[in-house]
Amino acid sequence: MKVVSYLILAAFCGLLIYASTGFPNRGDARAVYNRPASQAGTPNAPTHYIQKSKEEMNTDNMVTTILADYRGYDTLGEETVILTAGLICFLLLRKEKEKNRHDSK
Amino acid sequence: MSEFLVGHYFYWFVFLLMAIGLYGIVLKRNLIKKVIGMSIFQVAIILFFVASASKWGATVPVLDPKLGAADTAKYINPLPHCLMLTAIVVGVATSGVAFALIISIWRRFKTLDESELLEKMKHDPD
Amino acid sequence: MTQNEDDPIITLISSIVAPFIMLFGLYVIFHGHYSPGGGFQGGTLLAAGIILLRLALGSELGKKQFPSRLGTPLGSLGVLIYYGTGLAALLLGGTFLNYAFIPFTRLASHNRYWGILSIEFGVGLAVMAVLVAIYDDLLEGEPRV
Repeated sequence: MKVVSYLILAAFCGLLIYASTGFPNRGDARAVYNRPASQAGTPNAPTHYIQKSKEEMNTDNMVTTILADYRGYDTLGEETVILTAGLICFLLLRKEKEKNRHDSK
Repeated sequence: MSEFLVGHYFYWFVFLLMAIGLYGIVLKRNLIKKVIGMSIFQVAIILFFVASASKWGATVPVLDPKLGAADTAKYINPLPHCLMLTAIVVGVATSGVAFALIISIWRRFKTLDESELLEKMKHDPD
Repeated sequence: MTQNEDDPIITLISSIVAPFIMLFGLYVIFHGHYSPGGGFQGGTLLAAGIILLRLALGSELGKKQFPSRLGTPLGSLGVLIYYGTGLAALLLGGTFLNYAFIPFTRLASHNRYWGILSIEFGVGLAVMAVLVAIYDDLLEGEPRV
């Protein structure tokens, strides 16, 4: 049973390495996601973020403007995820203390 | 051939990390080792995205007053960096919840081994 | 955590280093506009400074600066600051999360600058409080020394 698991793992790794021969070279400025304009002639999203960040927001750091203003809705959902994780740990683990106190009485 | 190797060797390291993480999730019997495997898998995915966003001869995506903003080949792609910040924090939250669940399982069943746990859950459903 | 004897080297060095870590975390939050940084990175550094004190000084002394019951309320306050900024933009005549309509200054681009700063502050507060709360909850049932 374990030999089958190891074989499936090796097949998964081989399939990924075969698929990686179709990727563009790392760091190529002519790859599809790094070009200044898309294939139809419309401007690419990172091009707009790089060129218009200083004049629209008065901010030098482009990653902060993408995170906080251009894609601020995703950051809002992500902060809700953090708060939900904190509440889950609170609800799972603090109730045990009161139950132990009631049991020992 | 050498240009193919220089451009693609990075992807093979990332797939090796992914295989190590998957080995930890599937083939280890302790619950904490499974959580460690999941964390290694997440780190491999984040590394893949962040390193694919680089360009030869470009600088960090903070505006340099000497370079200006018009030439976009001088700055690396900032969009995957932003998406991976979200992914890192979600990974931390997921690991915290997984450890809280492991502590609850330990308090109820007094074991952390997967096959013993399945036996106890079959005999004593709660 | 459980501590059987007092080690003077660990106590002294961690009480000297922890304020510098927290000051650096605050610097990273407020300089998110000009260098790599922002809300998430600075919040994690602040949480690291607080957890260092809890690890080095024991359960009683380590909770004097940031008591354990402040975790989840501060996290909710941080999320409320984020939602509140978006709602303020909605109530003052624009669309949700469009910071150009909040009248901090007269120019639209400077209004967006101050809007980004206020939500980064909310995100840093929420991340710090939730990370410290998760650490406290994981150590809940430990016997006190």
